[in-house]
Amino acid sequence: MLDRAQVLHVARLARLELTDPEIEQMAAELSKVLEHFEKIGELDLEGVPPTSHVVEVTDTLRPDEPEASLPAEVVLASAPEPLEGGFGVPSPGQPEE
Amino acid sequence: MTDLLDLTAAQAADRIRAGDLDPRELFEHYRSRAAADELNAFTWVADQAPSAPGDGRPLAGVPVAVKDLFCTQGVPSQAASKILEDYRPPYTATVVRNLAEAGAPLLAKTNQDEFAMGSSNENSAYGPVLNPWDRRRVPGGSSGGSAAAVAAGSAPWAIGTDTGGSIRQPAALCGVVGLKPTYGACSRYGMIAFASSLDQAGPLTRDVTDAALLLAHMVGRDRHDSTSVEFPGGIEAPRAERLDGIRLGVPEELTGSEGGVEPGVREQFDATLRRAEELGATIEPCRLPHAPHALSAYYLIAPAEASANLARFDGVRYGLRLGGEADLVSMYEQTRGRGFGPEVKRRIMLGTYALSSGYYDAYYGTAQKVRTKISEDFAAAFEQFDLLVTPTSPWTAFELGSKTDDPLAMYLNDFCTVPMSLAGIPAISIPCGLSQGLPVGFQLAGPAFSEARLLDAAFALERAIAFDGSTARV
Repeated sequence: MLDRAQVLHVARLARLELTDPEIEQMAAELSKVLEHFEKIGELDLEGVPPTSHVVEVTDTLRPDEPEASLPAEVVLASAPEPLEGGFGVPSPGQPEE
Repeated sequence: MTDLLDLTAAQAADRIRAGDLDPRELFEHYRSRAAADELNAFTWVADQAPSAPGDGRPLAGVPVAVKDLFCTQGVPSQAASKILEDYRPPYTATVVRNLAEAGAPLLAKTNQDEFAMGSSNENSAYGPVLNPWDRRRVPGGSSGGSAAAVAAGSAPWAIGTDTGGSIRQPAALCGVVGLKPTYGACSRYGMIAFASSLDQAGPLTRDVTDAALLLAHMVGRDRHDSTSVEFPGGIEAPRAERLDGIRLGVPEELTGSEGGVEPGVREQFDATLRRAEELGATIEPCRLPHAPHALSAYYLIAPAEASANLARFDGVRYGLRLGGEADLVSMYEQTRGRGFGPEVKRRIMLGTYALSSGYYDAYYGTAQKVRTKISEDFAAAFEQFDLLVTPTSPWTAFELGSKTDDPLAMYLNDFCTVPMSLAGIPAISIPCGLSQGLPVGFQLAGPAFSEARLLDAAFALERAIAFDGSTARV
């Protein structure tokens, strides 16, 4: 079961601003979904290796040869705030505790 | 003009090759139909035919509709999200480029669930897509726009992506063919990522022949995607008329009452099994003991990967920025909090939680072990069977709004499709009949890289079923 404080903690980790009604809703919905998913904890998975990738792929490195990348002005064209050839961002502000 | 609408994409390509059809005329026919679409199937439609029509190349200039989340240079590629509104990428996804080079120019971008998260297309920031068989109903998702566009005849064929059923389920609900290839068959380069270990591009088409033709020009190793592989063997036009000697397994776990398979769906599924038998196939029940847990494993793994993939939408390099006058973290939080829709936020939260300290082993770690067991189940089944068959979706197209209040009920849409996704194996959905006037999908799944066998079996069944999709093309 997720409570309000846990929802806020996870939202902070995920860098998501949630409104009060969203926090309530998220706590209720995620609790219900997780409760359902907890059934997999009943399986005997002792010694079973985890799978992160299903297709056997080896030797995927390509030759390390320099090649042209996209021109900076093309990439910056999509940026909300291009700034002196880079991406402009707001001040980081006070460091987090 | 109705004449053109009756042609499958492969037939249209044949006519162009024979000199009986001008590819520009075909493009304009579909362009004007797409522009007049009333199903909200598109997020962008070309305003004119390309200067080089593509005749003389394998796909002969038959244009393709492409799911919004594929990057297309200079053309809006928004993954149906507000956070990417009017984003025009500086490059084109490999599969879209492959198709263009093979002679299939871009016709339109299709609507979808935001970041491919959904099974009804109701999660699009640009409004839901309507099902052409009944406009009060959903087309399925997340590739709902692609499925609806092909079913309605506003695109000759389309591509989508499938992470847990997002090609097969909308194909089933709209009465078209949808194929999820083996993981690694198609490059993911330029596909706006949802869950990288599961995402695969694939065709949505009017028939199995079209699916084979389109897929043949999508696959291949791409140096920009290290998980892509050279497709072993070729993909030819399917020719099988019989299923003699083919052993079909019917997984009890995915066809019984547990997944809530509707009676009308079960009826069409059983009728299709009888047809397969008449064509010479043997049919026996089989077991996939861990398949009932696939949904839980999937809805932990996919959101976990999504929570990492979607970290890139932070208001810095592209897309929406909100709260730029505040500090950096507030800007991130406001941009993401208001730029993402409710289902995307739910999955980011779920994934972040499943990966967070203290919960990782219990959720994500356990889900990855279940994934191993599911792959082993399939491997064991394929020792006895050539292909496994299930209904694609437990039910037919449901009414708009009927499942939006219950995320868990919505996730059950994927009950029959996620096991194959977790195992990375190919599966195809073909329309097998109607239940109360709505299409029912029949799913065939095979071992990794068995696409040729799948397409052949689907082709033989398709001929026997003789599904008539013309009523949706108005």
